[in-house]
Amino acid sequence: MKRTGLLAYLILIIGVIYIGRLFYLQVLDNSYKIPTLNNSAVKLKYEYPERGYVYDRNGELLVANQLSYDIMIIPREVKSIDTLELCSLLKISKEDYIKKFNRAKRYSTRIPSTFVAQLAKNDYAYLQEKMHKFKGFYIQKRSLREYLVNSAPNVLGYISEVNEDLIKKNPYYQLGELIGRSGVESTYEETLRGQKGVKYIQRDRFNKEIGPYKNGKYDTVAVPGNDITLTIDSKLQQYGEALIINKRGGIVAIEPSTGEILALVSSPTYNPNLMVGRNRSKNFTKLYLDTINKPLIDRGLQGMYPPGSPFKIITALTALQENVINTTTSVKCINGYRYGSRKGAFMKCHCGTHGSPVSLNKAIYRSCNSYFANAYRKVIEKYPTSEEGMNTWNKHVESFGLGNYLNNDLSVGRKGLIPDGDFYNRYYPSGRWTATYTISNSIGQGEILTTPIQLANMTAAVANRGYYFTPHIVKKINNEKINQQYTTPKYTSIDKKHFEPVIEGLFQVLENPRGTASWSRVKGIEICGKTGTAENPHGQDHSIFIAFAPKDNPKIAIAVFVENGYWGSRWAGPISSLMIEKYLTGKITKTWEEQRMFNGSLQEEYEKQLQEELIEVEK
Amino acid sequence: MRSKKNNIFLGIDWVLVGFYFVLIFIGWLNIYAATLDEIDYDLINFSTEYGKQLVWIGLSIPLILLILMFDSKFYEKYSSIIYIISVASLIGLFLFGKNINGATSWYNLGIFSLQPSEFAKAACALAMAKLVSDKQFNLKKINTQVQAFSILLIPAIFITLQPDPGSALVYGAFIFVLYREGLPTYYITIGFVAIILFITTLYFGYLNVLIATLALFTLFIIYFYFFRKKVLKRGWLKLIGLYLIVALSTISIDFIFNHVFQQRHRDRFNILLGKTDDIKSIGYNTNQSVTTIASGGFSGKGFLQGERTQGDFVPEQQTDYIFSTIGEQWGFIGSSLVIILFVMFTLRIIYTAEKQKSKFSRVYGYSIAAIFFFHFAINIGMVIGILPTIGIPLPFFSYGGSALWGFTVLLFIFIRLNANRTYEW
Repeated sequence: MKRTGLLAYLILIIGVIYIGRLFYLQVLDNSYKIPTLNNSAVKLKYEYPERGYVYDRNGELLVANQLSYDIMIIPREVKSIDTLELCSLLKISKEDYIKKFNRAKRYSTRIPSTFVAQLAKNDYAYLQEKMHKFKGFYIQKRSLREYLVNSAPNVLGYISEVNEDLIKKNPYYQLGELIGRSGVESTYEETLRGQKGVKYIQRDRFNKEIGPYKNGKYDTVAVPGNDITLTIDSKLQQYGEALIINKRGGIVAIEPSTGEILALVSSPTYNPNLMVGRNRSKNFTKLYLDTINKPLIDRGLQGMYPPGSPFKIITALTALQENVINTTTSVKCINGYRYGSRKGAFMKCHCGTHGSPVSLNKAIYRSCNSYFANAYRKVIEKYPTSEEGMNTWNKHVESFGLGNYLNNDLSVGRKGLIPDGDFYNRYYPSGRWTATYTISNSIGQGEILTTPIQLANMTAAVANRGYYFTPHIVKKINNEKINQQYTTPKYTSIDKKHFEPVIEGLFQVLENPRGTASWSRVKGIEICGKTGTAENPHGQDHSIFIAFAPKDNPKIAIAVFVENGYWGSRWAGPISSLMIEKYLTGKITKTWEEQRMFNGSLQEEYEKQLQEELIEVEK
Repeated sequence: MRSKKNNIFLGIDWVLVGFYFVLIFIGWLNIYAATLDEIDYDLINFSTEYGKQLVWIGLSIPLILLILMFDSKFYEKYSSIIYIISVASLIGLFLFGKNINGATSWYNLGIFSLQPSEFAKAACALAMAKLVSDKQFNLKKINTQVQAFSILLIPAIFITLQPDPGSALVYGAFIFVLYREGLPTYYITIGFVAIILFITTLYFGYLNVLIATLALFTLFIIYFYFFRKKVLKRGWLKLIGLYLIVALSTISIDFIFNHVFQQRHRDRFNILLGKTDDIKSIGYNTNQSVTTIASGGFSGKGFLQGERTQGDFVPEQQTDYIFSTIGEQWGFIGSSLVIILFVMFTLRIIYTAEKQKSKFSRVYGYSIAAIFFFHFAINIGMVIGILPTIGIPLPFFSYGGSALWGFTVLLFIFIRLNANRTYEW
């Protein structure tokens, strides 16, 4: 190529490329031609459908809607208005006005944003007449939540305005719109929300609306939200909240035959109506900053604790399944279990049998540590290496839904921890670990961590004699059946025949006068349960109880966890039996025990603990 | 000075003059559309931007006459002085300049402001023409190369310091002029390879580019060894050296991009390369202008019917993004017509330049063709979203008096030089 030609050819080539690009943009590519909000000549008007209602399992209305009115602003259209009058109408100061105006302008001068959110109804009536005077402002109707019960904020959740991060991720939402933030509001957001309708309105150069854009070709109709029926029994839920008041912890009750969650209590809790209205953000901040009580944590789902003695059920079932013990196997307990020759290698036991042989049944109702340490050790040592033994054990335990998310329809959850061979190989890099290194696992201490809902689910699996349904919170959507994943049973790796002897032991826990929870026995109801007292480095032991009833054809399985509640039968046991009685009969026979729960408080204990922590920090 | 040539229009290339007025006319119509305010509805209002632009256009007529009045010898003779005055005016900005939008590029002259960098292009083209037309001039010599590059680098550096790197970039156009006049080919080759390395490094990361080039070199060696049955003897050293250079420049590109560039510069490239996709903040302008152009469709929405233009949706639409107005209102037909106009206009200048008998006139003409081309290619490339955001005006279209006058001076000096060709001998 001659030197003289280079520039000329380049000009031609660029010309062709640019025309090609224009041809692509303007003729071939259609994606740019649908009107968007960024198109100022076309105004978008949204129609927000009413959010679906939430009912409890008995049809009691829990969450409804109330209308709310937002003052919206389009900054570029604000022209020659009497700002002082507007300020006094909206009851804001002049500084506030300037601040809000600038914030809206920063977001966009032509896209509407919320100026004053959630006006009261009477303010609206008054304002509506005057709004026409203020160009650039208009009133947007929205529906707000109204919680009809002062209960279960962790289950119901709340809605709030979307933030900018979320808008970037999900283009459905515009600034100022509402989205479910926790609980079912969050997990069933799209079900409850419905689909907003969009109307495209053509405007002329003077911003006057001159009719639908392209004869409404792109308009969509709002689709109303769906109503949801929860599996929660609101009466039981509220009763649980009353029982556990002034104590920290969680209660999870499940219907074993369906996996439906009957109650999901977390304490301390708060009034769900705090999360509605103009003070929502103030209230939220207050709850959020309460790092001592952590009311926004759902302890039933997010509290990870060592399960303690209820885990012995799994130890027993695993040992039976692995054929290392049978129902007649007995172990001598000498106030503890010696698992090594070193001085400290001794696990204490309080079963009080003083050296007489303990059978499986008795081991369960007396909660004998030695028996289960022995059974656990036999399971692990059955296999040539500890690693294989541990993996087998892990497989059995995890088949009860422990150590993993349950894949349910709840907005939060924790995995918990069930160790396996790998875990200990990492823990002891030499690889020379044996069953005795991990012996605490046998009694639900050691490395094991579970959440209350996992324990409740485990109890349901035992109650069903070997299978469970994934625990879930929604029973029906618009009176239609829910997802099949919740109606297919999940089987554990334990044969059905091994459950009866263990359940017999659990029955004796309450029935036998020497059972660890004989105090919690309820006349006329066959309750099977297991106490737990989990050691805890921060203070008093945790009080744990799991139970199901009746023994045959169980209707309810429950797990109760009370932080620093000293021991299982002190708080968790009574709460469980009261909940069971209330659910099955609707009455309470042991009213004095009920009163003790209503009035009992562990606040002093928590304060003491906090003092100690503060002293630690100062050191 | 002139005896028998009292008619200053003698020998004028009316085709170029015609192009000039057509482009200015279309340009003004679009400025009108882009800046028309809803409230004010007078046909002509001189306080508005389209009104002011009309004043500038009107005042360019006496400017044109003034340029045409001088003999072409005048431009040749005084080109060095014009160049020095122009550079001085750029330096003077640091003392007396006015800061608009973060760049000190303006002199405030009471009722209007002037941007000396718009006139420096013409001065630089004159100086370059003067240098190249020297009989001793030989671009094969390093000395001459240094001279030539200094002429364009001095104004470019001062403009970069304003800071207005976009306008400085235009001086790159002179590479084509120098190449035309005998600059060794490897300058172009190196420039080309550098651009490719730059883009691939940003897109794939420098490690991948290093690996890919290494693979390419290996393939090259294998090819020679097995298929040409040739063993590279001393070629090895050259290859390794070449690879080291490539590697070094790739790594330095990565370093410069991540540590020398400012975030806004990085964003512009990242958006273009599709590495970030943020249409709300950083990519906003480009996204808006592309959407606006696309919404024009095949035949456009018609004059003043562009809803996105009327809605002021594209920022800076009357200046750097004026082409989007054309795209929306006149559609594919109108916007490709404008591109064809520009292509024909620049080709016409090259064609006329090549016909010059005087080397001075030829180099000058070639320079302004390259400058117009750069402006047109970079500006439209940015507006249609295939080049990063670089703020330089579209000649004759973008709002702004200095730019209009700058381009007018640029063009009409050439028309003057060309006119003299016909009766010089």
